[in-house]
Amino acid sequence: MQDTTKANLLAAWRQRRRNLAHGWYKYSRNPLSVLGLVILVLVVFVAIFAPYIAPYPGHAKAYTNFRDASQAPSAQHFFGTDRIGRDIFSRTLFGYRFSLMIGAVVLGLGVAPGVVLGLIAGYRRGTWVEVVIMRVTDVFLAVPPLVLALAITAMLTPNLINQMMAIALVWWPWYSRLVFSLASSLRNEYFVKEAELTGASQRHILFREILPNCFAPIMTKMTLDMGLVILIESTLSFVGLGVQPPKPALGTMVAEGAKRLPAEWWSTIFPALAIVIVILAFNLIGDGLRDVFAVEDV
Amino acid sequence: MAKYIGLRLLQSVFVLFGLSLLIFFIARVVPGDPARQALGLLASQEQVERVREQMHLNDSFPVQYYYWLRSLLHGDLGVSSYTRRPVASDLAQYIPATLELILFATLISFVVGQVTGVLAGYFRNSWFDGVSRLVSYLGIATPSFVVAILLLFVFSQVLKLAPGIGRIPIMMQPPPVRTGFMMVDGLLAGRLDVTVTALKHLLLPAFSLAVIHIAQEGRITRTSIVETMQKDYITLHKVHGIRTSRILFKYLLRPSIVPTVTVMGLDFAFLMSNAFLVETVYMWPGFSRYAMTAMLNKDLNAIVAVVLVIGMTFALVNLIVDIIIMFLDPTVRLRQGGA
Repeated sequence: MQDTTKANLLAAWRQRRRNLAHGWYKYSRNPLSVLGLVILVLVVFVAIFAPYIAPYPGHAKAYTNFRDASQAPSAQHFFGTDRIGRDIFSRTLFGYRFSLMIGAVVLGLGVAPGVVLGLIAGYRRGTWVEVVIMRVTDVFLAVPPLVLALAITAMLTPNLINQMMAIALVWWPWYSRLVFSLASSLRNEYFVKEAELTGASQRHILFREILPNCFAPIMTKMTLDMGLVILIESTLSFVGLGVQPPKPALGTMVAEGAKRLPAEWWSTIFPALAIVIVILAFNLIGDGLRDVFAVEDV
Repeated sequence: MAKYIGLRLLQSVFVLFGLSLLIFFIARVVPGDPARQALGLLASQEQVERVREQMHLNDSFPVQYYYWLRSLLHGDLGVSSYTRRPVASDLAQYIPATLELILFATLISFVVGQVTGVLAGYFRNSWFDGVSRLVSYLGIATPSFVVAILLLFVFSQVLKLAPGIGRIPIMMQPPPVRTGFMMVDGLLAGRLDVTVTALKHLLLPAFSLAVIHIAQEGRITRTSIVETMQKDYITLHKVHGIRTSRILFKYLLRPSIVPTVTVMGLDFAFLMSNAFLVETVYMWPGFSRYAMTAMLNKDLNAIVAVVLVIGMTFALVNLIVDIIIMFLDPTVRLRQGGA
């Protein structure tokens, strides 16, 4: 008896490994997706090890050195220095820490409630539960996320925590809408009907039967959304409603540098490119996943 | 069809009601006294108390909301604590400049997006397809404020091909305001120089707004063209020797317009939110810059009004788009229009 369980588990594990290998094969056929992954690994690496990689880690804080102020890019300062003499390359590396952290926290806070609400609404389609959840979702989707996030952070005190809360608050409805449409078609599948007939609890049906089948679209959307959240985060910082100086958020750096255009172009162009590169990486990976999972409309 | 449109209108009204409740709630739970903010730090405590009474701030939340909604329905959006003028008249003054910008950006993105999409789809896997694909990836990944700054830097500051910020130079006497559209007002006043200068000033910000949408619409059109190209009737047209340009713009473009129009409806809202940034960079005296100023100054009445106006526009545009699509696409018309 025990041997058969063991054999089953082993077979399942082998199957999973084959699926993974096959998925990776499909993913790696697209050179752009692989490029995106390479960029992302690099960005995550430099963000984690920024204190060791950055040539001037002290410049990520309040630091002034007017002797080196406003210098063009050189061997000492790859991206040049800003108007109070801070090394822009070092600050950009630390800026990636904020971007990635905000992206991860926002999706962590926003996706879970969105998915749960979408599951419930989809499974109980046609009841008042669905009506309440989906109409509230519609209200949050009635204005573009950027506008709502701007309005909320503006009314609160601008800082890191409020910025993350505001973006998460505008982010969950996208997931409840996505999962709602998936769950409301999955609930008619035979495996759900079978679970219902054998008396499985609603929690079991929602989280063990339906949710695993929503995995691919959710993963794809989360990857693409990391890029979007970073875009919105940098926009909030750009207008001064995000991470406050002297902390180095990429958007804040672009805004500070833009005041010194065109003479000190490096202080705005390099942080701007840094933002574009990380968003591009997430978009490329997301497109690759979309092809691997063969999901549309995400 | 009238029934369908009526149902949609009802839905929009419900959503807007919910939006007003949400935004009003957030504006009221914010720490700080709205009466004190409206009066400034120099006002005496009695004055603040009197205004609190006038603004119904001592009442419970539902009562406050009732009074607020009642004045909203009378077109009273409150007084801006920043400009010290009624928010409604502020909005009326600033909206035309933004509309001018957004309409122009929509035009650019539609034309350029369609043309590049059709060409990229027809000449699939050519160098043109490759380049447009690369550009569209970059266009989607670049925040609008970065596009705006880059274009301003390259075309205005380095190459000096375009004028910089604002709608017209400060030295130029603006024409009397009739429509609020600078180019139209210039024509109405018989001053062609204003219209031409205004157009030149419009180009860079409009293009900054359009870039992301050119990228998106171009890709959607390309996908649709590639799909349609595999249809037998296109092959038949080719065999019959019909000119390439005719096939391209008559038989391939038309089916691809439906998905594009759908996306353009969504895009309109995103144009409005991206205009926040583009107008800030170009110092464009429009609705979005007003909104941005209101947000940075915690001007609650103005923030609430701005969000509601955008929500209303979004709902309206989506309704119009649905109606247009019903006319463009017979299958949709049959499915929904029958009801």
